[in-house]
Amino acid sequence: MQSKRKIRVLIAKPGLDSHDRGAKVVARALRDAGMEVIYTGLRQTPEQIVETALQEDVDVIGLSILSGAHRALFPRIMELLKEKGLTEVMVFAGGIIPDEDVPEMKKLGIKEIFGPGTPTEKIIEFVLQNMPKKA
Amino acid sequence: MPELSKIEEISQGVVAGDRRSIARAITIIENDAPEAKTLISKIYSHTGKAHIIGLTGPSGSGKSTLIEKIVREYRRRGKSVGVVAVDPTSPFTGGAFLGDRIRMQELSTDEGVFIRSMATRNYPGGIAKATRDAVKILDAAGKDIVIVETVGAGQSEVEIIKVAETIVVIHAPGLGDDIQAIKAGLMEIADIFVVNKADRENAEKAITDIQAMLQLNTKEKAWKPPVLKTVALTGEGVPQLIEKLEEHRTFLKREKIGEKSLLRAETELVEAIKEKAVNSIIEELKREGKFQETLQKIMAKEIDPSSAAEKLLHSKFKKAK
Ligand SMILES: Nc1nc2c(ncn2[C@@H]2O[C@H](COP(=O)(O)OP(=O)(O)O)[C@@H](O)[C@H]2O)c(=O)[nH]1
Ligand SMILES: [Mg+2]
Repeated sequence: MQSKRKIRVLIAKPGLDSHDRGAKVVARALRDAGMEVIYTGLRQTPEQIVETALQEDVDVIGLSILSGAHRALFPRIMELLKEKGLTEVMVFAGGIIPDEDVPEMKKLGIKEIFGPGTPTEKIIEFVLQNMPKKA
Repeated sequence: MPELSKIEEISQGVVAGDRRSIARAITIIENDAPEAKTLISKIYSHTGKAHIIGLTGPSGSGKSTLIEKIVREYRRRGKSVGVVAVDPTSPFTGGAFLGDRIRMQELSTDEGVFIRSMATRNYPGGIAKATRDAVKILDAAGKDIVIVETVGAGQSEVEIIKVAETIVVIHAPGLGDDIQAIKAGLMEIADIFVVNKADRENAEKAITDIQAMLQLNTKEKAWKPPVLKTVALTGEGVPQLIEKLEEHRTFLKREKIGEKSLLRAETELVEAIKEKAVNSIIEELKREGKFQETLQKIMAKEIDPSSAAEKLLHSKFKKAK
């Protein structure tokens, strides 16, 4: 049944950041690691991100944020995922998130948080090791 | 989870239009899982209602941007829409960057729209099968319109004809070789031509070039492909495109109905011939007394009905010659 199974990843940018260089670097790295990466561009609302994850039936969501709006947006995203029954989807985040916020974000169910400048190899390895086992 | 009841549940969900079920169903067919066949057989009777439109053309011509505007126009007209956006898989890594949704962001929260990005992967039979099955799922889910976006380059370009009923070939000025970029194969399969980015210089030239190429094609066709221009960024020309799409749909329906009524007439004719022939033969046999004669032999078990019939017909047709 796993014959042609591919890891599908949504790279999403919530909030009002005005550039997405970092997100694109991660997206390309995951693609080069053999994954199918869905990229949706800047300024996504939590509703758009979760609905996209649902339609695209992704295994993984990577959230990229620079603006500091994670405290408002991440809880909403995690809540919507639960609401839509997407509890198996693994979520990680990257960008600028202060250390003191990390425990709280992880408590929400965000599996890992990568600071700016994290080598992409590390992110790839993390995704491969934490791929959810889907039924 | 027991596989069969899972498939049953998903296919029921698809037919009910449940978005999660649609998404999972497409994953199953994409992965070419053993359950894929069962799934398709379960939903098949619910397909055949959607208008399936293929949009193909070079990368950067504005397909995704245009689809966003087409979807909005259909939504205004009260139609539900499914979109399958196909992008190439890297032959080296097996990965893919699926970025068509960037141009369709705001559609993702519209309940009447379902968008799915697909990578070409390396399907043995080309992209057509997986795409066609994804289209079937959206069709069975009740979408009125299903739009398929493919890049018109390489060998996959003509495959769209196996998937879509109406094919739109899109081009835009400033993509290099201009008309050369529309391969001969694409010229053949197009039902509608669109020159996008009509806000740019050279759009007129692209239009006249396509028209000139169409004139070279002297084959008589019941449908003459129109050449339209659009500005996908603003939506200019999109209502006219929808009109042509609808016109083509009507044209297809008429063709199909023509074909069907021919088939119906043929069946009726065959039935009528059978009835008349049988009746006239039996009447003649009765007149000659052979019918009653044979009937007695059958009653006396001298001959079985089938052999008797053969014998009667044999002598009859020998006589006719
Ligand atoms: N000037 C102009 N640019 C356009 C138009 N339509 C699309 N574009 C731009 O062309 C680029 C490619 O568009 P996209 O829809 O992604 O093309 P695709 O690769 O064919 O799907 C984007 O930067 C669009 O903003 C148009 O009508 N006029
Ligand atoms: Mg595109």
